[in-house]
Amino acid sequence: MMKIPGRRFVMGIPFAWLLLFFVVPFLIVLKISLSESIVGIPPYKPLLEWADDTLKVVMNFGNFVWLAGDGLYFDAYFNSLKVAAISTLLCLLVGYPMAYAIARAKPSTQPALLLLIMLPSWTSFLIRIYAWIGILKNQGLLNQFLMWLGVIHEPLHILNTNTALYIGVVYAYLPFMVLPLYANLSRHDQSLLEAASDLGARGWKAFFTVTLPLSKAGMIAGAMLVFIPVVGEFVIPELLGGPQSLMIGKVLWNEFFANRDWPVAAALAVVMLALLCLPIAYFNHQQAKELEGEQ
Amino acid sequence: MSRFSLRGLSPARVWFVLGLIFLYAPMVILIIYSFNSARVVTVWAGFSTKWYGELFSDNQLMSAVWVSLRVAFFTACTAVVLGTMAAFVLVRFRPSRWKTAFSSMVTAPLVMPDVIIGLSLLLLFVAMANTLGWPQDRGMVTIWIAHVTFCSAYAAVVITSRLREMDLSLEEAAMDLGAAPFKTFMTITLPLLTPALAAAWLLSFTLSIDDLVIASFVSGPGATTLPMEVFSSVRMGISPKVNALATLIILVVSLAAFISWLLVRRAEKRRSNDLKALKGTA
Repeated sequence: MMKIPGRRFVMGIPFAWLLLFFVVPFLIVLKISLSESIVGIPPYKPLLEWADDTLKVVMNFGNFVWLAGDGLYFDAYFNSLKVAAISTLLCLLVGYPMAYAIARAKPSTQPALLLLIMLPSWTSFLIRIYAWIGILKNQGLLNQFLMWLGVIHEPLHILNTNTALYIGVVYAYLPFMVLPLYANLSRHDQSLLEAASDLGARGWKAFFTVTLPLSKAGMIAGAMLVFIPVVGEFVIPELLGGPQSLMIGKVLWNEFFANRDWPVAAALAVVMLALLCLPIAYFNHQQAKELEGEQ
Repeated sequence: MSRFSLRGLSPARVWFVLGLIFLYAPMVILIIYSFNSARVVTVWAGFSTKWYGELFSDNQLMSAVWVSLRVAFFTACTAVVLGTMAAFVLVRFRPSRWKTAFSSMVTAPLVMPDVIIGLSLLLLFVAMANTLGWPQDRGMVTIWIAHVTFCSAYAAVVITSRLREMDLSLEEAAMDLGAAPFKTFMTITLPLLTPALAAAWLLSFTLSIDDLVIASFVSGPGATTLPMEVFSSVRMGISPKVNALATLIILVVSLAAFISWLLVRRAEKRRSNDLKALKGTA
């Protein structure tokens, strides 16, 4: 193993950066979620109060009680988890055959095919979602096309419904599903399929008994990369979704920017993080193992 | 040839092509309609480039482009430095408790929802302003800090995978020949890492230039980035000007991706040629 000059320096700088700008902020969110909302700058009360020579810690669980008492927040959390779960499943169904096709293509063309999948996600996320507005709205291109074909006579109402939301989410998050699946599928030992074929399992049977179980890790990695960010998604429900597609990211945004209730926004984030704790920990564990090369 | 039954016009291949159409059709439509002379976005009324003219004369939009480009440039440079350090820790350091804590901290920003990162960083900046007196006004610097935090995680992943494949014997040979560790790093390790560093830089740059949610939380009235500007104009209703802007972004990104793909391919070819030459002399 090569000696690296100043090991402490190499580890210390990124460690300090992440500690200060990633870990400490969460502690502050937790702190503010326990404080009371006031009208002022900043719009919350301090947690520690120094009065009459005693240090008082004023913890206020009111924000959490408020969240629990209002069905709106519960609906938003539930709907976010539902949308994320369905989107993950849809991405898996659409993305798996695509990743499979790349992994089975000629090795020399695989990088180019992968580039074709990744290229759209390099251009602006916001603009790609915006493009769907023109396609899905009532006088939009999809309805014009379907009416021209004669499939429908009245324009379908798609924009600002859950259908539009799902189209947008699958569209935006598909590459995040295809990439880990491809990484997994391309590493499979082809001799296993040959052995299966010798033993009489061919085609679909070989796929379901050999390839699919072997790609479990890739499917889980892809599912995490889609599920976790979609729970907190803001842009897609805002631009494509409708009144039924209430999601927690949007609620948090509104509490923060429109209602200016910082403690409630912080409490919303704390609960969201608590819901995502397990999947994030699982993802981290897998990813850390992957990054360190399973020593 | 039963085990190759999925070659040729297989269901997976047909699905792949359909998937590509799904991914590309909206962008192609945007490009076509950016040359539409009508104000109504979905009605074709003849070819025109007037929206490009309007785009470039929109000062607010152009200054947002400039803010975004600057933030993305500095973000990408910082993220590559931090990401390289993190990758070295992950690949070359002995396992320890600190390292375990470190590696989970590096990967967490990859999946954390944007709204949580944005909100928590803003609350940090507000707390810092109250206790330390800095940052008094939020703007480019706070956006830069926020972007570096999540971009370094992506940079670390890209650089780690390259670093792990790298042949240690070259570095060992250099050290045996008397090169100091730092010199070995500068003359052997860094050049070998260059394609990964370039990829990490480009990835960080595009992630930074693309971010709406985090930038909206951590910026003040002083700095508006391009996505923030686009988002507010899209909320007002769709405008052909945004189509023109989208076309330019798609054009620049495809060009950059194509060039980087060519460079990587050329580097790979050269490397395989070098290896062949080495084998020939041995």
